[in-house]
Order: sequence, then C-alpha cells, then structure tokens
Amino acid sequence: MAVPRGKVVAIMGGSGSGKTTLLRLIGGQLKADRGDVLVESQPLDGMGHAELYALRRKMGMLFQFGALFTDLNVFDNVAFPLREHTSLPASMIRDLVLMKLHAVGLRGAESLKPAELSGGMARRVALARAIALDPMLVMYDEPFTGLDPISVGIIGNLIRQLNDALGATSIVVTHDVQESLKIVDYVYFLSGGHIVSHGTPREVLESKEPFVYQFVHGKADGPVPFHYVAPAYGKDLGVSG
Amino acid sequence: MGSATRFMGLVLLRSSASLRRFHLTIDELHFAGVLSLIIIIVSGLFVGLVLGLQGYETLKRYGSAEAVGTLVALALVRELGPVVAALLFASRAGSAMTAELGIMKSTEQLSAMEMMAVDPFARVISPMFWGGFLSMPLLAAIFSVMGIFGGYLITVVIIGVDSGAFWSQMQSSVDLRNDIINGVIKSVVFGAAVTAIALFEGYDAPPTAEGVSHAVTRTVVTSALAVLALDFVLTAFMFTGV
Repeated sequence: MAVPRGKVVAIMGGSGSGKTTLLRLIGGQLKADRGDVLVESQPLDGMGHAELYALRRKMGMLFQFGALFTDLNVFDNVAFPLREHTSLPASMIRDLVLMKLHAVGLRGAESLKPAELSGGMARRVALARAIALDPMLVMYDEPFTGLDPISVGIIGNLIRQLNDALGATSIVVTHDVQESLKIVDYVYFLSGGHIVSHGTPREVLESKEPFVYQFVHGKADGPVPFHYVAPAYGKDLGVSG
Repeated sequence: MGSATRFMGLVLLRSSASLRRFHLTIDELHFAGVLSLIIIIVSGLFVGLVLGLQGYETLKRYGSAEAVGTLVALALVRELGPVVAALLFASRAGSAMTAELGIMKSTEQLSAMEMMAVDPFARVISPMFWGGFLSMPLLAAIFSVMGIFGGYLITVVIIGVDSGAFWSQMQSSVDLRNDIINGVIKSVVFGAAVTAIALFEGYDAPPTAEGVSHAVTRTVVTSALAVLALDFVLTAFMFTGV
C-alpha cells in the first residue's frame, strides 16, 4: 500500500478488518510483526523513542470520538500541541488557535468545555487540534461515525479543504462509502488484514469485484457472510442429523 | 508483575522530564494533597478525640492519666498517622487517580497525547506519581498534628488533665529519630506504594466502564493490604530491631 504525498486516501473495510490497526502502525503506536511501514521514506521499525516522537510532530490524528482532553476547554485543547512543542508567546498561540478554530467554524466556541459540544463540534475541535502544528500527514479514524448528515458533510469538506490548504497528505479510515468517495483520491479495501481491492472512486463505484460491490452497495450477504460461523441450522434445532 | 515493573520503570525514567516542568507536579500536589485535606483534618481530629478518651480511661486505672499525651502522640506519630492517612489517601486520591487515568485511556486521550508526540508518562503519569509521593508525608503529618490537637481537646480542655503534664510528658517521651523520622519514613513508603498502585491500575484498566470501576476497587483494596503489610514489615525493622 502506498499513499502519495498530497493525496487523500480512504481505507475501507468491515469491522475487524484491520483499518484502525493500520493507522496505529503508521503512527508507530503498534509495531508490525512482518513487513515495513515507511513514513517520509523512513522505516518506523527500529526507530528510537526520540526519533518516533520527532516524526509524530509532523503527523496529526483525528480519533473516532475526538479524544479531547475533558479537563481543558476548546481553546486549551487546540493550544495543547502548540504549548508543548513551541515556545511561542501567548499572544501568538492565541492567534494561531483562533485561526485553526476559524478554519473549522468554531472560533466562537473557544471557551466551551468538551462536555458542552455536540458530536460534530467535538470532531471539528479535534480536527483543529490535529492540524495545529500544520502536519504533513493527517490520519482520520472513522471521522463520520455517529454524526448527523450535516456534520458528515461538514467534516468531509473540511478533510478535503484542509488537506489541500496545508499541502498535507490524508489517510481516512471509514465505513462511510458515499461521503468518502466524494472527497478522496484513492481507496483501499481491507478484509481480514489484507488489501482485497483498490482504485479511484470512479473505479470503485464501477467495480464488479464481489467484496467491493457488496461493500459499496451495502448488500447484507456476499463475500462477507451475513451469518456468523455456526453449526448446521437444522442440527442446532435438533430437526435433522 | 512484569508489566507493573515496566510501568514503574517508565514512570521513573520520565521523571526528570516531568520534574523539569515542576508546575505539573504542583498541580498534582494540589489534586492529591490539598483536595484531601478536609478528610485528613476531620479524620485526624476524631481519631485524636477517641485516642484521648480511651487512653485517659485506661491510664486513669493505673494512676497515670498525665501520660495520656505520650500515648496519643506515640500512637499517632508511629502508627496511626501514617497508616490511617495512607488508607484515607488511597480512598480519596488513589481512587481518583485510577479513575482519571482509566477514563483518559478509555477515551483515547492518552493515545491522542502520544500521537501529538507528547509522552503521557512525562506529561501526566510521572507528575501524578510525584504529586502523590510528596503529598502523603505532609498529609500524615497534618493527620498526626490534628490527632494530637484532638487528644488535647478531650483530655485537657474537656476532662481537665493538667496541660503542663500533657505536653511535658509528650516532649520527654517522643524521640525525633526513633518516633518522628520513622513515622515520616513510613508515610513516604506508603505514599509511593499507594500512588504506584493507583496509577498502574488506572493505566492497566480495560478501556470500558466496568474495567475502570474494577480498577478503582482494586486500587483501594490492594493499597489497603499493601499499607498494612508494609506497616508490619517496617515496624518490625524500626521498632523491634528484627
């Protein structure tokens, strides 16, 4: 799997297919048993703590439910990476935070606590925090999960616009076929920890490959079976040998 | 056991980074220490009142009621101060540390911190450890002082034991090295043990509501057992010459 610089790439697949694991491998939170993970042509395997943390400073990650720090307000959440990694004066940090919040449409919510935000707002604050240091790679873990259609559209547009504005590269792990195909450049399908298909959004929509067809069209049965593995139905009910 | 050892190794390894930003430890000192003051002060006062009353009733039978000050002070400084303060500390601050860390883990706040290239051990866990470690001896000392004050109130002010005898007997019997310093050493050991247990249980908690609640329970139970067992071992070494 390769993610070209400047592109938005979606990773799709059913639950348990290894999508989030893949993001954790790229972020260096997990180590691969086999194979190599390279970020900016640097292999993560064997990288020391300091090198890994230096690389992570160039990454941003949006977690599934935002993972905002609940004891900090919106402003302090977005300011957190700036305060940790820069020695900028408070006035400049304030300006940068307000710019990031403005980019996600939440400049007016700077004093709210995470508990006061809706799901969509929390995701947008987390996005502002993820891009606070202008990362070269932004990873999104299920950014559309649990959001209303308006919020889904807002987050989708922000992913595309911020990627282009920052000149970054984005990896979006998602189940949301329709929304993600509108904004991504390329799609990989995972199943059982393997890449089963990949292509551009157009190729994906036109694909007759059984797994892709089932996933894109939301069919209940197909290569991903409806029934969990079980003994024969008749045998379980005791009506046949 | 291996993961607990590795956990504590990381806490200590990242301590220099966290202690360089001492304001983080001060915040945790406030959380673990200052916010535990009420329960420590009130409990210390009541323990002192009961000790004074029981001690007076017993010593009176032998015509040694004036020695009640000695009894109250030695019981508090050697044993009850460090032990009861540690048990209260585990219930109030230890359980809160476990819950906070467990919830931070289950809501991916610790993972988010890692992905922002901020080491959670240096930023959150080590300051929590040092905050708990430093606050415990102070809380134990406050507990003992309040207990002695409670003993004074009940025996001198209310019952009428001679004030001069109360303080002078205490002064002549309580030794700085054998009693006070040994008590402080106990409270330091208990502080380290309770804080380490609380933090490890929170960090190791399964990321579910049930997992965090069980971790909090384990913190209180394990800390209590650890404090009592350590107290026996330390007492054997300090006061009996084993």
